[in-house]
Amino acid sequence: MLMRSHQSSRHTLTLAFLLWLTSMPLQAALDIEIFGGGATQISIAITPFATEEKLKQSITAIVAADLQRTGLFRLVDSSGPALRDPRQIVYPDWKNRGADALLIGSTVMLPDGRVEIGFHLMDVAKQVQLFDHTITVPADRLRAVAHQIADIIYERLTGDVGVFSSRIAYVMKQGNKYALQVADADGFNAQSIIEYGEPIISPAWSPDGTQIAYVSFENKKPVVYVQTLATRARKAVANFKGSNSAPAWSPDGKKLAVVLSLQGGSQIFLINADGSGLQRLSQSSGIDTEPNFSPDGQSIIFTSDRGGSPQIYRMLVAGVASGTAERLTFEGSYNVSPHHSRDGKSFTFVHRNGARFNVAVQDLATRQVQLLTDSRFDESPSPAPNDRMILYATEVKGRGILAVVSSDGKTRQELSMQAGDIREPAWGPLPRVR
Amino acid sequence: MKKVMSVLLIGLLSACASDTTKPTATAEDRSAAPAAAASAAVTSAVTNPNLNPILTDPKNILSKRSVYFDYDSYVVKNEYRSLVQAHAQYLRDNAGARVMLQGNADERGSREYNLALGQKRADSVRSAMTLSGAKESQIEAVSLGEEKPRATGHDEASWAENRRTDIRYQGE
Repeated sequence: MLMRSHQSSRHTLTLAFLLWLTSMPLQAALDIEIFGGGATQISIAITPFATEEKLKQSITAIVAADLQRTGLFRLVDSSGPALRDPRQIVYPDWKNRGADALLIGSTVMLPDGRVEIGFHLMDVAKQVQLFDHTITVPADRLRAVAHQIADIIYERLTGDVGVFSSRIAYVMKQGNKYALQVADADGFNAQSIIEYGEPIISPAWSPDGTQIAYVSFENKKPVVYVQTLATRARKAVANFKGSNSAPAWSPDGKKLAVVLSLQGGSQIFLINADGSGLQRLSQSSGIDTEPNFSPDGQSIIFTSDRGGSPQIYRMLVAGVASGTAERLTFEGSYNVSPHHSRDGKSFTFVHRNGARFNVAVQDLATRQVQLLTDSRFDESPSPAPNDRMILYATEVKGRGILAVVSSDGKTRQELSMQAGDIREPAWGPLPRVR
Repeated sequence: MKKVMSVLLIGLLSACASDTTKPTATAEDRSAAPAAAASAAVTSAVTNPNLNPILTDPKNILSKRSVYFDYDSYVVKNEYRSLVQAHAQYLRDNAGARVMLQGNADERGSREYNLALGQKRADSVRSAMTLSGAKESQIEAVSLGEEKPRATGHDEASWAENRRTDIRYQGE
């Protein structure tokens, strides 16, 4: 896996840090450049943990990559000997390097094969410890621990919840095979949930993260399935005459909004997560699709061509089918794929910008629109559980890849897996147990 | 592929909403198992021995199965009227015949929106057929959106090829 990013204004990492990165075992391919941000970024020095070079996986490289991807952090030169103990810290040195915060730590291989990881997060200006912790884990859990450490640092330094331990789902196409995969939020540790010789689209996480709804074409037409991740059991919840697609979970996880052609056109219906209790929601003579619930479950935003071009509308989730909806987008002739932010105050969507398709965000109160990306084919935006980043699909040299953009549009980074054509990303909820 | 459709149509027309017995591929058995399971399901299904040879006779208009659409358009063009009418006539004369109309769209834009555009193309062929005497119950109009492109290029010629509805008979 490679990580790259492209951006206009760049802060190149120091040579020392790059040298340190390239010296990491197994991570020789890691090539990080982060751009954007600036005055508002938190400068952090992440020193390699003592003896972590003996581990199969560098912990601090993962922590650094996680923090960088948010655009909220600037990594400063951390060269020098490993520091195990806060008493070893020479604060003026770190202040001179521009560090606001400093992470030090050490690793110990235990006789039973587990690894003990101790770390200290320090405030450089105040010369005090913000947090310290020791974790003992099996050697195959090092990536997960690194994400946990990144979450802790993120939360301590920003006051916001970290999302590095959450997971993402997406569809990978390789030749004529399609796989629905689930991976860590940084794209590593991917596992196939289902593989087929027919297309899969529109994965959607249940709010508790235990199930994924998706659309499969294995029966020569689109059918909506819900699959339980732990057991791999799955059920066709919408398999009506015609097309069945665009599943979206209600916030309580009990219902799905789906799009059916059952009664003509493509219209939004509500159905229980077990496939019972079908009820029509939208009522138009054209296309109503891509429903997405507001976090309070009271309304749905969706794409409709009722005004002549595809635009985003909002309707109340009332008890009866309704043709009433409020139009939300007015700029341009193609606005699709809306997703509420988790705080419900804005929504991300795809805006056709000339010949390009780009990710945009619109504030629900002010209606202000901000374009966040600028490549040719940016699709399927999915906000992180803390709204600070948006995962989306884009294309590089004809191949689909995933990318992450910070919610201010200033930092972008591609997550590119080794092979295949990757699309249809969905960022999962926060893990329940932290 | 053809056989799957016959199974499908039978199942679909009854609008079932439950499917836990279908082969399920998992990460554990992803090597050859899903394909094997799928083909097992297919072979156990009935092929359609009664598929009328007229439907595939190259000299017969019924062997023509694709209706093409203009950009951003969902109207069956005049040049396809006779083709659609011939299939409608066949359905009217053969009450037991069933067709699936698969609409398609080009690759530009949202996959779900394109699915809905493909549905419009399938629906308009269905309307033309029912106006010419075919019964609703004989027809299932579905969309493959941009997911099953016949032409895989990224140019206008490919996109035009993919703005299409295909007519597939049960048993094919």
